[in-house]
Amino acid sequence: MEYVGNLHLLLRRFCTLVFSHNAFTYRCLSGMQTVTLIPGDGIGPEISTAVMKIFEAAKAPIQWEERNVTAIQGPGGKWMIPPDAKESMDKNKMGLKGPLKTPIAAGHPSMNLLLRKTFDLYANVRPCMSIEGYKTPYTDVDLVTIRENTEGEYSGIEHIIVDGVVQSIKLITETASKRIAEYAFEYARNNQRTSVTAVHKANIMRMSDGLFLRKCREVAENYKDVKFREMYLDTVCLNMVQDPTQFDVLVMPNLYGDILSDLCAGLIGGLGVTPSGNIGANGVAIFESVHGTAPDIAGLDMANPTALLLSAVMMLRHMGLHAYADKIQIACFDTIKDKKVLTGDLGGKSKCSEFTGEICRRVQDME
Amino acid sequence: MIKSRHTVTLIPGDGIGPELLSHVREVFRYSCVPVDFEVVHVNSALASQDDMDNAITAIRRNGVALKGNIETKHTLPPSVKSRNNILRTSLDLYANVMHCQSLSGVQTRHKNIDIMIIRENTEGEYSNLEHESVSGVVESLKIITRNNSLRIAEYAFKLAREKGRRRVTAVHKANIMKLGDGLFLQCCKEVASGYPDITFDSMIVDNTTMQLVSKPQQFDVMVMPNLYGNVVSNVCAGLVGGPGLVPGANYGRDYAVFETATRNTGKSIAGRNIANPTAMLLASCMMLDHLKLNDYASLIRNGVLTTMNETRVVAHSRYWGLGTTSDVVQSVMKNIQSKGQLTAEL
Repeated sequence: MEYVGNLHLLLRRFCTLVFSHNAFTYRCLSGMQTVTLIPGDGIGPEISTAVMKIFEAAKAPIQWEERNVTAIQGPGGKWMIPPDAKESMDKNKMGLKGPLKTPIAAGHPSMNLLLRKTFDLYANVRPCMSIEGYKTPYTDVDLVTIRENTEGEYSGIEHIIVDGVVQSIKLITETASKRIAEYAFEYARNNQRTSVTAVHKANIMRMSDGLFLRKCREVAENYKDVKFREMYLDTVCLNMVQDPTQFDVLVMPNLYGDILSDLCAGLIGGLGVTPSGNIGANGVAIFESVHGTAPDIAGLDMANPTALLLSAVMMLRHMGLHAYADKIQIACFDTIKDKKVLTGDLGGKSKCSEFTGEICRRVQDME
Repeated sequence: MIKSRHTVTLIPGDGIGPELLSHVREVFRYSCVPVDFEVVHVNSALASQDDMDNAITAIRRNGVALKGNIETKHTLPPSVKSRNNILRTSLDLYANVMHCQSLSGVQTRHKNIDIMIIRENTEGEYSNLEHESVSGVVESLKIITRNNSLRIAEYAFKLAREKGRRRVTAVHKANIMKLGDGLFLQCCKEVASGYPDITFDSMIVDNTTMQLVSKPQQFDVMVMPNLYGNVVSNVCAGLVGGPGLVPGANYGRDYAVFETATRNTGKSIAGRNIANPTAMLLASCMMLDHLKLNDYASLIRNGVLTTMNETRVVAHSRYWGLGTTSDVVQSVMKNIQSKGQLTAEL
């Protein structure tokens, strides 16, 4: 028993050695990697099944551990995610999540917010790349928005000062700004991106955005191989809709990130085709589709699994499994480009299972 | 009292402001517009408020101003606020109005855009209330008040009715900022109930930007707090062809200040005779309308639009056209001459 224990320890140490210190590439040599899967609500379960099928067809070394997240009240009345879900994520570090429904008047905060707080998911990363075959007025979009996800305008701190006067507090801290800036530059370096643009409104919010900008400038000093630019939020918006090809990696505080990441999703075709990843402290990363639960088509085999699939591909890249990521992404894009088997939202008439089947077939043909 | 001549405060500002405004003066002189300009300079490199105080006093005196953007220098301490912002709040120019229309002569990805954007111009995220509570932790306060929200909503609906528009959309983030944006939305709903002839709906700001880049034709009139107004107006300006095309106006109860809609300083293109004078010229036309000099406004506006749409003389832009600012201005004046009897000799 002890011998096996030692061997396991040795293997883990070996894994740690090839685990680069900034935790962005992870090559575990022990074989299968377990990922926590949160199917979610509405169309969540069916698109999760689609992703699992495609991964199986690609023979990706992933095994899935399904968990549900519904808010439960712990001792002391504090809302939290179920302990088995937390345990699974803490153990596996990697997670894939489908859409969760936002409860109205359920008395508890949104599940996404709970997840964010539980795992300190400080960076929301959305790569936006034009999909050949899914035509939008914008072509050649290839940018990444990196949004600080814990503070800023989403601090949730609001007060009624006097009747009819409300104050909402935007919080910017040195630590969070430095952390997101460092992530952005590391991401740029590890993904062969050429520039990082800090998006801000420091002309108006002199102190808060000023602090954010200062931290970005400081971090940029340590990454001379990556070009650093700063641009006002309004100028970014103005230029983004005229020529998005001028942008590469964008880093920004919470609200601007929320707005810009959705704007960029709009450029490539909407939330149904946009991947998203949330990076947390302690090596945790949860990848998710950011569209809604679409209750009107749930269970009807009509959903489009592209967003969740591309998020899963993002996860594979994050884990260093680039070959599998490329294979699945190419199969997905080729299916869309071919236009023969497309789900309703992409302009076709096929079922989700047919679309999935087509991608599986292409993946297997690539063997 | 019917005035024969009007005096308007002119603030050249920085970057491309001075050159664009000198072109406006050129066109006004050429068209014999009965407007005299009182020029007030603001030095953005100075920390002192005196320049701004002079400018504000001049605007109070004349009631109307035309301005270029004043740069906010980052080298000055954070206590030195944006001059443009100070001007807006001191004069209580609570409504920023921008009309984004597709121009037939301008190549863009989206066609048939016709959106009026009404943006609350004095509070919200631009309240200038920031402090460092603990070292390394900065709090910035966003203020939303019932009075200002009602006021801007009222302005939006009134304008919509005046212009025969069908729908007003309030843009917000009330799912996150429940109290602040919640109050804004509530006020819009209240005002909407007094305008049953106009459809009212609302949309969350991130979805709004996504909709704007995919289907901008769905929007009619939009009303929103300050920061979202900044985002939405820049997105819309980009959609119809860029910052050089769209004029903007800031209205208060007693004063009005006209400028380009996206308020760019344009430092990188200043002094090179490549800035597009269209936005500033159209802003000056909005000013003439405000002064009830409608004939002159139409004359110059038609001259500008003919240049854009028919004679197709376009200023330099990284996206299209390689003409110079002077080319455009000359073309505008030629079009004015061919239409009106009011012009001076060329």
